[in-house]
Amino acid sequence: MTRPLLTKDELEPTRLRWRRPRLRLGRWSSPLGITGAAVAVLWIIVAIIAPVIEPHDPLAQNLAILQAPGHGTLMGTDELGRDVFSRVLSGAGVTIPLALLLVVMSVLIGAVLGAIAGFFGRWVDELIMRITDLVMAFPTVILAMVIAAALGASLLNAVLAALIVSWPSYARLTRGLVLALRQSNYVVSGQLLGFSPLKSLWRDIAPNIVGPILVLASLDIGTAILLLSGLSFLGLGAKPPTAEWGSMVSDAIQNFDSWWLGLFPGLAILTIVVAFNFVGDALRDALDPKSNTLRGGGLTL
Amino acid sequence: MTTMPVLTASDVVVEYRGRPPLRAVDGVSLAIAAGEVVALVGESGCGKSSLARAVVGIERLGSGSVKFGSDEVPVLGIRRRPLALTGMQMVFQDPNSSLNPRRRVGDQIADGVRAAVLRGDAGSDPAEWLERVGLDPTAARRYPHEFSGGQKQRIAIARALAARPRMLVADEPISALDASTQTSVAALMRSLCLEAGAGMLFISHDLSVVRRIADRTLVMYCGRIVESGHTESIWQNPVHPYTRALLAAIPVPDGAGRLPITPLEADRLTWTEKIPDALERTAS
Repeated sequence: MTRPLLTKDELEPTRLRWRRPRLRLGRWSSPLGITGAAVAVLWIIVAIIAPVIEPHDPLAQNLAILQAPGHGTLMGTDELGRDVFSRVLSGAGVTIPLALLLVVMSVLIGAVLGAIAGFFGRWVDELIMRITDLVMAFPTVILAMVIAAALGASLLNAVLAALIVSWPSYARLTRGLVLALRQSNYVVSGQLLGFSPLKSLWRDIAPNIVGPILVLASLDIGTAILLLSGLSFLGLGAKPPTAEWGSMVSDAIQNFDSWWLGLFPGLAILTIVVAFNFVGDALRDALDPKSNTLRGGGLTL
Repeated sequence: MTTMPVLTASDVVVEYRGRPPLRAVDGVSLAIAAGEVVALVGESGCGKSSLARAVVGIERLGSGSVKFGSDEVPVLGIRRRPLALTGMQMVFQDPNSSLNPRRRVGDQIADGVRAAVLRGDAGSDPAEWLERVGLDPTAARRYPHEFSGGQKQRIAIARALAARPRMLVADEPISALDASTQTSVAALMRSLCLEAGAGMLFISHDLSVVRRIADRTLVMYCGRIVESGHTESIWQNPVHPYTRALLAAIPVPDGAGRLPITPLEADRLTWTEKIPDALERTAS
């Protein structure tokens, strides 16, 4: 069988083939990352405008109690006659800002201490690293529980407890990165040009380590939400009238038959944690120059 | 020597901890005058780079001393390097790691310029330095990853020279470059150093390049200098058996297809011997 000569159509494939419209997002174009970012942004918007879009007052106990979804409410009502949908929306406004605050604070504290440890070395390094060892030797949630219980149950105390257990991972990461870069030729070159330690850290080291720290931080937002919800679930975070997802799931256990009480706040936690994890993964792929081939939604471990 | 040397190293010893400790540099002395190019040659692992790093202060000295002009060279630590010592700069072997990937090339050269200005020397324009090392002055706005290895090395050289050093230590600056650019970069370094009146310690294992650019040559083996002096004298009439072996190992591109002589293991024993005549050779 002889192959026919190339037709005109085959020679000009671009004109004839229908082109898939593509989002021009460059390195951000992994589908999971975009989905995650969309969900996360949606939740953040909800957190901001929750008081405006709530159909009912999340604290008002003026509806029929334990009503299944559908009878005038989207997600039913709880055992005190409060609208679950409004409470889920209002819970976003409670958890998300605190989780972001927690992550930002632990990045700041961890990165600064880690950079100091890595750059100055010797006893400074020893001291800071032994403190991180001390904290990391305990299981995260249990240590956070102990601290939260000792400080007294309140959301801010829960954040403080979570902060104490979560900064060491940033300190370790930053220290490792700084340690590796400190010996690199361009940092040495900078020092030979008379850079002060602060200038070395700021000009030569910091810009080259923000990537991995940012990735860890974005992956950690999910963990932070889980930890805060977990503490509230255990009764160490939000106090009763506050609509907080963890404590809502905890309350739902009392009324196990009313599935809507636990399902919706649980789904809220699930979606936002998964969303931030997707964003973190996409960010890691985007910032890692070696994962070029994996861009565009390839699976990464 | 009539003028005071820019760089004086006396009995430098560099040891690396371990069991037993590794003595990478074993009592090396050298002096480099302004406007002089001194080459340091030797096989891999003979201590060339350790010596270079010790001279600049990156490596701690086991014993001995290094002086830049009249100042003792301190070990590069946490503290800011004294201003006077920014007059000594280094070019590294790997051009890919010697530039900060996240800063514009022009800004990095400007750091060198700033060091010169702080020391009281004349300022200059980074773009001018790019032009001088044979790159487009508009390249100042670009980032290092947009350049090839040879171009990056030129940029690193430009940054080092922008600090108007009186002494430039180049640790195998051309070995990571491809053959077509090696000679041109080496020649460029020599001309720029001479122009600025700076001394240069040029480390290489490429002897044919060394012959072209070095006034004096030091041959190093096992942490010691086995032969030193005027480059052409060493080249024409090597005294030490190690120098002879090194020179015999250079391929001759005459088309005859002769292979360079591979030294025998037994020869190694003769290489460690000290031959006083081989040191401080003068032009004949």
